[in-house]
Amino acid sequence: MKVIIAGSYQTRFGELWERSLLSLLMEAGQGAMKDAGVQASEIDLVVVGNKLGGRISEQDHLGALMADKLRVKGRGIRVEAACASGGIAVHQAVQAIKTGEAETVLVLGGEKMTDKNNGVVGAALMGAASEEERRTGLSFVGLYALMARAYMEKFGARRRDLAKVAVKNHKQASLNPKAQFPREITEEMALKAIMVAEPLGLFDCSPISDGAAGLVVRGVKTKKAGKREVEILASEIATDSLGLNERESLLEIKATKEAAGRAYVSAGVGPEEIDIMEVHDCFTIAEILALEDLGFCKKGEGFKGIDKPVNLSGGLKACGHPVGATGVKQMVELTHHLRREAGERQADKADMGLAHNVGGTGGTAVVHILKGSI
Amino acid sequence: MIKEKKFTKVGIIGFGGYVPSYRIRVKEIAKARQKNGEQIVEGLGVKQKAVAGRDEDAVSLAVEAAWRALKRSQCKPQDVGAVLVGSESHPYAVKPTGTIVAEILGIGKEYFCADLEFACKAGTTGVVMIGAMIEAGLIECGIAIGADVAQSRPGDALEYTAGTGAAAVILGSKKFKWWARLERVSSFNSDTADFWRRAGEDFPEHGGRFTGEPGYFEHVIEGTRRFLGKRKMKIFDQVVLHMPNGKFPRRAAKRLGVEERQLETGFLVEEIGNPYSASAMLGLVRVLEEARKGERLLVTSYGSGAGSDSLELVLMRKLTNSYKGKGVDLESQLANTEQISYTNYLIMRGLV
Repeated sequence: MKVIIAGSYQTRFGELWERSLLSLLMEAGQGAMKDAGVQASEIDLVVVGNKLGGRISEQDHLGALMADKLRVKGRGIRVEAACASGGIAVHQAVQAIKTGEAETVLVLGGEKMTDKNNGVVGAALMGAASEEERRTGLSFVGLYALMARAYMEKFGARRRDLAKVAVKNHKQASLNPKAQFPREITEEMALKAIMVAEPLGLFDCSPISDGAAGLVVRGVKTKKAGKREVEILASEIATDSLGLNERESLLEIKATKEAAGRAYVSAGVGPEEIDIMEVHDCFTIAEILALEDLGFCKKGEGFKGIDKPVNLSGGLKACGHPVGATGVKQMVELTHHLRREAGERQADKADMGLAHNVGGTGGTAVVHILKGSI
Repeated sequence: MIKEKKFTKVGIIGFGGYVPSYRIRVKEIAKARQKNGEQIVEGLGVKQKAVAGRDEDAVSLAVEAAWRALKRSQCKPQDVGAVLVGSESHPYAVKPTGTIVAEILGIGKEYFCADLEFACKAGTTGVVMIGAMIEAGLIECGIAIGADVAQSRPGDALEYTAGTGAAAVILGSKKFKWWARLERVSSFNSDTADFWRRAGEDFPEHGGRFTGEPGYFEHVIEGTRRFLGKRKMKIFDQVVLHMPNGKFPRRAAKRLGVEERQLETGFLVEEIGNPYSASAMLGLVRVLEEARKGERLLVTSYGSGAGSDSLELVLMRKLTNSYKGKGVDLESQLANTEQISYTNYLIMRGLV
């Protein structure tokens, strides 16, 4: 049996002050079911990926809520793994299908972040960090700044190399109507922008965002590939220590390497066969580390970039990062390309795609490999 | 629903602004906070803000402004039939600022009085209310004041801009000589929680970027558009929009089709910051001090929570030098300043 993506949908990402978490998840769920051409009565399970519902929207019980509101036949659960909540939700859906618990699963990822001020949101996000990091007063931008500093010192990368990642992702977001920042920036703008945590400036950081994404994932027995069908070849997760202080190295995210290694084995492909990827660029340094840890280049060379399309959606950086939605949105984006439905930003070659979603600074990593049927 | 009405019986018969001489540079605050001052100055469009002396509060500021307004009017304190003081920093939660101000000014006892609070727009709301009372024939003249020692929590983004100041406008019937004719007023409001200070709290809180688009821009732009109706922005010679920082009014102006030349006279925020209820009122006073006879003025204030008031006035005569007076006009007050350090700022505001 293979597991396929039958439908996908992403809401607009941004400061959506007129929208609630529920309304965003509803739009994503209804959109994904419509795209798949399935009725709510055909859904066996709803898996919702969300991190901050309890802290921001005073609603934790999202699994039952969405199953009820969408009037699905089956049941609902919510999963949480920090910023990898969306990726974990997809993984749970794949597991449920593989074990025979469900045949058709609606995966939702969503986050409503702009209803509270930055202090509250920042403190809530630190729920993904270790006790020691919280006590030290670090924030996520501070933690990634430590990784960036270590990387720059070791490999001679400069702030300009980080800026190139932001410039690329903003340019790609300019073609994405769902992106929070569909505007191009220049390297000079990025370098002159206000410093957030040395060496990470404003344009090195992904934003606080609202948004949701949905996928209909199905188990199918026929080997024949259906029209617009995207197969999930691999769905792997790995976990590591929450705190950077317990890591062997600041120069890599071990969980990414582990999840990717297993995913390549599981899919029976290597990085050279991947055409497009959506990687977790919560900060510019994170994209550079991801390219290396996913095996697209050697360690210490990620800052030079690679010659494959990376984050055509604009990434977390410019498409936006509603944390629970991100892992699902990455797969929605890949699905568009693998179906040749990505419009202006369609990748020229798009047979195989990889989605890489990280929780915290690498406490969780999720890697999915997708294959198109066109 | 507000009815469209052209006022015929109300004019501004006196006006005055007061800005304390103390200033703190945005760069000085940024230095204390270990931030890049140049970027913050550029980002906010504010160079410095006015700071109240340690013996100043909304009452004393209001009195300073009202005295200056009375100096420029023919009315005597005892003629005044209403005193409305708009502020976010009334010294008392219960007990009016207005009666203290009126007592100091010698207004007597037979006058309408109330304190107003509507974040940064309570001053212009006082203008509308007094204008309506005069138009209705209830009083011959009244004083509307916006006065604030604007609060900001140390370390909050507001700390860079929350300033100090007061402006008083005396409105009167045809019995008095008008400086400007008040022609039209309107207001545009909604329940929008962009900025607030709960009872018992010392400092306001705000929704960060939420204060922008759904707060300031929606109410200033949509309120002004509805106020204008079919009339064009170009009929106005001078425009004042509430100035929480230097960027917002410029951006709103651009979207409304207001040109820089229309905006520049009353654009005080770069030098004094945002004195909350006094911001748009001081802009109005500055325009009245500088504008020429026949010029048409548009003022749109903004108060968080949220709403905007729009006023339309026509200047009847130019302010002559004899009415300007050293220390009375804003030009001399803006020129006579004393820079203070961040430490002094904290001491003067009672924050340490």
